[in-house]
Amino acid sequence: MTAIHIRGGRLLDPRQGTDDELDVIVQDGRVARIGKGLDTPTGALVCDARGKIVAPGFVDLHAHLREPGEEGKETIETGSNAAASGGFTTLCAMPNTHPPNDCRAITMLIRTRAREIGGVRVLPIGAITRGLAGEQLADFGELKEAGVVALSDDGKCVMNARLMRRALEYGRTFDLPIVQHAEDHDLSAGGSMNEGAVATRAGIPAQPAEAEEIIVARDLILVEMTGARYHVAHASTARTIALVRDAKARGLPVTCEVTPHHLTLTEAACATYDTSTKMYPPLRTQADVDALAAGLADGTIDAIATDHAPHSKNVKQVEFDCAAFGVIGLETALPIALDLARRGVLSLRDAIERLTWGPARTFKIHGGTMPEGSVADVVVIDPETEWVVTAEDILSKGKNTPFLGKKMRGRAVLTLAGGAVLCDRLDVTRAATPLAPPSRARGLS
Amino acid sequence: MTHLLGIEPVDKATILAILDRADAIHDSASAALGARPRDVLAGRTVVNLFMEPSTRTRTSFEIAAKRLHADVANVSESFSSSKKGETLLDTARNIDAMRPAVIVLRHGSSGSPAMVAAHVRASVVNAGDGTHEHPTQALLDCGTIRRHKKRVEGLTVAIIGDILHSRVARSNLHALGKLGATVRVAGPRSLLPRGIEAMGALVYDRIEPALEGADVVMVLRLQHERMTGGYVPSLRDYSRFFGVNAKNVRAAKHDAIVMHPGPINRGVELTSDVADGPRSVILDQVAYGVSVRMAVLEHAVAST
Repeated sequence: MTAIHIRGGRLLDPRQGTDDELDVIVQDGRVARIGKGLDTPTGALVCDARGKIVAPGFVDLHAHLREPGEEGKETIETGSNAAASGGFTTLCAMPNTHPPNDCRAITMLIRTRAREIGGVRVLPIGAITRGLAGEQLADFGELKEAGVVALSDDGKCVMNARLMRRALEYGRTFDLPIVQHAEDHDLSAGGSMNEGAVATRAGIPAQPAEAEEIIVARDLILVEMTGARYHVAHASTARTIALVRDAKARGLPVTCEVTPHHLTLTEAACATYDTSTKMYPPLRTQADVDALAAGLADGTIDAIATDHAPHSKNVKQVEFDCAAFGVIGLETALPIALDLARRGVLSLRDAIERLTWGPARTFKIHGGTMPEGSVADVVVIDPETEWVVTAEDILSKGKNTPFLGKKMRGRAVLTLAGGAVLCDRLDVTRAATPLAPPSRARGLS
Repeated sequence: MTHLLGIEPVDKATILAILDRADAIHDSASAALGARPRDVLAGRTVVNLFMEPSTRTRTSFEIAAKRLHADVANVSESFSSSKKGETLLDTARNIDAMRPAVIVLRHGSSGSPAMVAAHVRASVVNAGDGTHEHPTQALLDCGTIRRHKKRVEGLTVAIIGDILHSRVARSNLHALGKLGATVRVAGPRSLLPRGIEAMGALVYDRIEPALEGADVVMVLRLQHERMTGGYVPSLRDYSRFFGVNAKNVRAAKHDAIVMHPGPINRGVELTSDVADGPRSVILDQVAYGVSVRMAVLEHAVAST
């Protein structure tokens, strides 16, 4: 593997407390050296990172890669390409595949496929219940052995309080966080968007914010009872943030994530019946968006997670109430985070932290920081470059995003996973090896 | 080509123009039964695409189109390809390929006419979409009110019943609001949608104060499936506390009119003595509905 000298960039590694103009030398898949004005090793590629930000590769706690079973929507390979294009080097893959990842065989399949592809790191999340049916616990011990980093029935809520209690209790032995898709299905039944004035005017069947909050409140009581690690997936309401903030203040082992779209869009976007604005949880109100931003800034929210949910056109180009829930997110998360920093919602350091060390520590996984000697998961960011989101440019198979046609500012220009170049918008590799770009950079400009 | 997707995007002047035209058609039709006021649709095709059961509205549109000399094709849910799994968009595009001037769409999903309109060449007229809008119903309601009360501005209209699931209530809130009426909505809290005040409604959870001094009482149908959905405990309890009857309707003005978009559940939301009584203008609504739909179809093809 060719060595790479990332020269003159602003290295931002929140975990290490680093924010300085520093060179990074990547060699043999690791961060070999960090320092000022380093010499380029013989034969190394040089990345001129002046004016750019160098950060640990991003970690996404919440991605739907659709493989096995729904390869028409996404595969581990296309999801990996989309991730690298967006600056992500680690993806936690949700288990709602077909069949679902509720056993060792599926976990191993996902890990093996990811290894064969050689893209970003894919860390499977196991199911809480067998078949995601909400009736019987999956084999947590075996799943942990096979390599899952968390447990979730995402897409469905663990509605049964008794079962949720058992999951928290049993999961504790294996130190696996229980990741809840917090939605009281009775209260939310039939709801395609957030309940309120916009839904009432549009006549769209709606679900109240309380459907999420009631489950979070219940679960936090169960966390207090069991002492187990609990993570709120895609928190979307002001009260959810208030509940988590309070639980954290009381020392409970609770974490939570927010999606880029819930940080930027409101229910108003649904008024035109654009099905790319239909996702779970639904887009909420401006007050909720503001509370999420405040929660992200004060650390109540540990991570920005994409909930990348690719869908094919034929389940989106239908009536709003019939359309599939979900939006893609891997390729637009970074500019949205940078925009929050530019608007002063939080510091640039914290914005990067919520994409790196925040998620890594939440699931206790490797990465999210890049000290000397660590595996070289590195992203070089051009914070100022402007680009427009187009269907042709999106590497995910899913084009379902409300940001289509929107102008973005800031983008990953070089993504390294384990030292391998997965995204190269600087032509670092082409400049040095005119014969052929490395196979892993295919499809990327 | 002009779509009519709802009342919300239509301005007051357009509403009044359609109502004036409907009045003219209505008066000439009454004077000389069967008179055909204009032939703008002669030789052109109107497709009634009804993906939800409907008798009154579909028949009304069909008669309206025929009185305008249009050729009419009716596609209803039980015969349509939706049973074979075809998407609405595919059905609409296929119909559009046969070059109709107007597609009249009734569909159970809110926003479906807007989606179809974005993908077809024909004018799309919304004949009721989910719980969103039913613009021709609101137009015929406003026209009927205007004919009986000589005005709409300044009147107090009480809409009683299942507001949550009612596209008629929503379209009327827009239309009556634009025409200057005060609109009260009343029903059990479980059938009053959050944020309905933002559409200009005054909200009541008992019907007596809503009826008090009203010029117009508009009663909505309570669908039987609302019981299984748990919105109301029983028809009996609903009709006792939220049904309009000869006794409680006396709270309205002495010359108040009673309306209903149909079909009526007699004895549930409205008692027969009121439905068939001197205040009732329910059949006037139906009669005027044809004239309004003629005016709407003319409007839809006006600039083509």
